[in-house]
Amino acid sequence: MTYLHDIGKYFLMIKETFVKPTKGKVLRVLIFKEIDDLIIGSLGIVAFISFFVGGVVAIQTALNLTNPIIPKQLIGFASRQSVILEFAPTFLSIIMAGKVGSFITSSIGTMRVTEQIDALEVMGINSLNYLVFPKIVAMCFYPFVIAIAMFLGILGAYIAAVYGGFTTADQFLTGLKDDFIPFHIVYAFLKTFIFSFLLATIPSFHGFYMRGGALEVGKASTTSFVWTSVAIIVTNYFITQMLLS
Amino acid sequence: MIEVRDLKKGFGDVEVLKGLTTSFDKGKTNLIIGQSGSGKTVFIKSMLGLFRPDSGKILYDGICYSDLDFEDQRAIREKIGMVFQGSALFDSMTVEENIMFPLQMFTKMKKGEMRERANIVIDRVNLENANHKLPSEISGGMQKRVAIARAIVNNPKYLFCDEPNSGLDPHTATVIDNLIQEITEEFNITTIINTHDMNSVMEIGEKIVFLKEGHLAWEGDKTQIFKTDNEEVTNFVYSSNLFKMVRKAQNSQ
Repeated sequence: MTYLHDIGKYFLMIKETFVKPTKGKVLRVLIFKEIDDLIIGSLGIVAFISFFVGGVVAIQTALNLTNPIIPKQLIGFASRQSVILEFAPTFLSIIMAGKVGSFITSSIGTMRVTEQIDALEVMGINSLNYLVFPKIVAMCFYPFVIAIAMFLGILGAYIAAVYGGFTTADQFLTGLKDDFIPFHIVYAFLKTFIFSFLLATIPSFHGFYMRGGALEVGKASTTSFVWTSVAIIVTNYFITQMLLS
Repeated sequence: MIEVRDLKKGFGDVEVLKGLTTSFDKGKTNLIIGQSGSGKTVFIKSMLGLFRPDSGKILYDGICYSDLDFEDQRAIREKIGMVFQGSALFDSMTVEENIMFPLQMFTKMKKGEMRERANIVIDRVNLENANHKLPSEISGGMQKRVAIARAIVNNPKYLFCDEPNSGLDPHTATVIDNLIQEITEEFNITTIINTHDMNSVMEIGEKIVFLKEGHLAWEGDKTQIFKTDNEEVTNFVYSSNLFKMVRKAQNSQ
């Protein structure tokens, strides 16, 4: 019953986020700040992880190609499919649930504990619109992060495969272009867009409605990471089932 | 003036406010006192609209706050200044930005005008050389002054203070108390202070409301509180060793 109650509360929070808007001028500043914190601030870690995981995918594929009749261009093909379909949109979103999600939960949770949210409400400000709406807007830029991750993932795979001596550049690029289905890009960005909404709202929910002190802020961050990851994985399953099967 | 009529508020099975009726006068420092757990914070948060009362009415200058829709409530809230117990300053903003915040939200002032107004209240609360510091870089007493400056910057009609001198040394606490009283008189606002500090009661208690387990147990002013024979009040007042000694000295004279 508690879960059902919380799910209902989550949807009511989303509804409340879009009503009684904050002054446009103030909101614009907040949105730019959130883009800086949530998007620009994540580029470094995303680039680093994408590049190296792309490389590992290529090496793993190459090492498992023991049968001589399987062509070497499969390395490029497998790297592209893994990075575009799952690694960049889903795996990175789970990492972002840890990075961006805990940041959102702990910052809103600390505002709750230190009565800063009460201060906003006393002033007659819709605190959900003030705090959560700019995060949702900022996270609309998240697909750009994933596009960078896709590019760097494949670049990492190329460098690892070619300079590691597992395949030639020609073979890799041929595999990369083999059986390319443009809809896979649409599918990847569509789910990334949905994940970005989950990444902004679920951690906000856990931060906004938390009660207690510093210890509870820590617990709320952990809970928010777990539930955001669960939501991403379940949503990923249903989107994949609907769009690809 | 703020009037409260038969205000009740509970959480689950626990009834915290059990039908409070009182009023708080304009231009006076009104104190709500009582032991921890007596319902002071719930009372003040109910008046502010942070808690929805179960029953009863709260009237701001004759207008029933709980009957209003969000927009009309917002119009009243714009006239409320609040000093929270922990100051509740926005961590990511400098002192000046914190003070300018209500102006940014509710006025059409240009940045220069806002800065000018902020500097007037900064001078009023005697904050020097702190405009560009973050709340974490200033002392607790200074944070309280910033919170007061933020509360009064938009010329409020009502000022609420939740334990404004908790965690401060006696000297700074007295300075903050006096500042609140001066501002109340200067701007002719209705000030309500939630406290259990007897020094504040002695300094600025123009009207005192004593709460006991969610009931209004006594009302009066700072001279009456030391003369009352209400046992609950005397037990509270003389629970401090200092006041016990004062009474002992008075009795022996």
